[in-house]
Amino acid sequence: MNNRKAAIAINTALLILVVIWFIPILGLFISSFRPRDYVLTTGWWTAFTKNRIFTLDNYRQVLGGTKYTFVDALGNTVRSSGDNLSQAFINSFTVTIPSVIIPILIAAAAAYGFAWMVFPGRKFFFTSVVALLVVPLQIALIPILRDYQKIGLTGSYLGIWLAHTGFGLPLSIYLLYNYISTIPRSIFESAYLDGARQIVVFARLVLPLSIPAIASLAIFQFLWVWNDLLVALVFLGGTADVAVLTQRLATMIGSRGQDWHLLTAGAFVSMVVPLAVFFSLQRYFVEGLMAGSVKG
Amino acid sequence: MNTKAKTIALSILFPLATLAILATGFVFLRDTKGPQVLTAVIAIIWGVGGAALLFYTVDWLVNRLRPEIARKLQPFVFVGPALLILLWYLVLPTIRSLYLSFFDASSKNFVGLANYVFAFTDGKMLESFRNNLMWIILGTGGSVGFGLLIALLAERSRAESVFKSIIFMPMAISFVGAGIIWRFVYAYKPAGEDQIGVLNALVTFFGGEPQAWFTIAPWNNIFLIIILIWLQSGYAMVIISSALKGVPAEIIEAGRIDGAGELRVIRSIIIPYIYSTLVTVSTTIVIISLKIFDIVFTMTNGNYGTEVIASVQYKQMFRFYHYGRGSAIAIVLVLAVTPVMWYNLRQFAKQEVFK
Repeated sequence: MNNRKAAIAINTALLILVVIWFIPILGLFISSFRPRDYVLTTGWWTAFTKNRIFTLDNYRQVLGGTKYTFVDALGNTVRSSGDNLSQAFINSFTVTIPSVIIPILIAAAAAYGFAWMVFPGRKFFFTSVVALLVVPLQIALIPILRDYQKIGLTGSYLGIWLAHTGFGLPLSIYLLYNYISTIPRSIFESAYLDGARQIVVFARLVLPLSIPAIASLAIFQFLWVWNDLLVALVFLGGTADVAVLTQRLATMIGSRGQDWHLLTAGAFVSMVVPLAVFFSLQRYFVEGLMAGSVKG
Repeated sequence: MNTKAKTIALSILFPLATLAILATGFVFLRDTKGPQVLTAVIAIIWGVGGAALLFYTVDWLVNRLRPEIARKLQPFVFVGPALLILLWYLVLPTIRSLYLSFFDASSKNFVGLANYVFAFTDGKMLESFRNNLMWIILGTGGSVGFGLLIALLAERSRAESVFKSIIFMPMAISFVGAGIIWRFVYAYKPAGEDQIGVLNALVTFFGGEPQAWFTIAPWNNIFLIIILIWLQSGYAMVIISSALKGVPAEIIEAGRIDGAGELRVIRSIIIPYIYSTLVTVSTTIVIISLKIFDIVFTMTNGNYGTEVIASVQYKQMFRFYHYGRGSAIAIVLVLAVTPVMWYNLRQFAKQEVFK
């Protein structure tokens, strides 16, 4: 087989795979802009041939508050309950931002300690962190929930930030340790000689120098927390005023399982932020993934 | 007042002030019903500022001690907070869950191994073991297989980055979001009506009968596993792709000069070279498959024979409130990951990180 034919074969195979991968997302995206009756009775692939009608109504309804009015195909005005995903959208941000920053700060300090300080138990503690990397968080659900019930943290944002901090720490410490331990000793030495305190060295040298690793980790943790369902279900509870997007979507699947016009719009609302983060910071994300795989 | 008394007073007052600030923030955030956005902003400042303040105060305190003691305590200022949180959130819960697993639903009466007997004999549990095995084998095999295939193909294409971006994109999507995407792909309408799901549209186009895919056991598990493959192949591809770039061109050239065809080069040179990467990627996806919850919870809720370990555990805990069984199943999950944990620790020991 000559090179040109091979290139065509390879690109065709890739194109087929990419189309298969992309079709599910395309179907969701197009359907979310089609009127209810069309979504429910015709395939989304007909939207460009015979049923060329698009609307923003689905988004208005899922984002809107508790009541929503629309005019159906027969001209009747229908009052329906909206899904108030805009509230869940804010909740998701409230849960996610501190759940990303707090563990990274604590992990960075620990990674610096492990990498550049000598203390008894150092190896034992770090080995424990490595062991904890794969412990399923399911193990913590009941005991932590009990603690939370005692101190009144169930259904609170503080509780879920701490939970995400706890569950995110092993990987965060491991990743940041790998990075911080490779910073050349000479960089710290002059600071130590000048009599700088460790905390100053940490804040002025270690944190700024670790920005690339922190960025990868932040994206990783952001996607994990934003997309999480289980931790939110257990520690945040189901009330609508605190529920995050994934919880609201799971509820919508249960209560509106056949309302495809709303489910598609809702799913897209939940995907906008992670997709934006993903495409704008893909390079850091890939670097984080590489560092995160526990290599031999 | 002499200086020593002043020093002691300050050493007590400063930490107390810090604790007061942290406690006030804690109570405020726990009880507040104020505007959401404002609360979030205060929360971020409290969380981040509080952590920083705590570090600073403890460090300040330690540095007021005699130098030789300070030097000994200093490292724990840095690693201490992380170790305490890990202790509270992962280490102690493992022990506490083990303890609870020997007690009944309400954790009052000792029941011996009854919960473990349940975990290994109950019909739903046995079903979930079978299904998790399917998830592990097909989910991991599918993700790593497609990841490898696409990485190999993309490396030989000029449009490598575009192709890879699209395959990688689902990594950013939640399991719940992916659930909705694929429920729509699998959507079912009775025969004779227009199909709105791609799969049934294809089936009817080729003259078949439309199917309610999620109700056909045991194949419905495979339809769920496809979602995982769709999500995770991109991850496998990215890691494998970077390993491929590390295979020395000379070895591949040498193979070709010896007359090896492309497939032979891949099988005998490239695969052995990236073997450890393949193991790493597979391990990661095996663990994801083992803990799989969101997809099953949102798609079928474990009905029609699709139960997995994590979904049974969730039901035992939060629907039947049987903390004993829930804990026992969690312990089973931990036992299932111990081989991987052991492997990681062995690899870690080999690296000789602490020289």
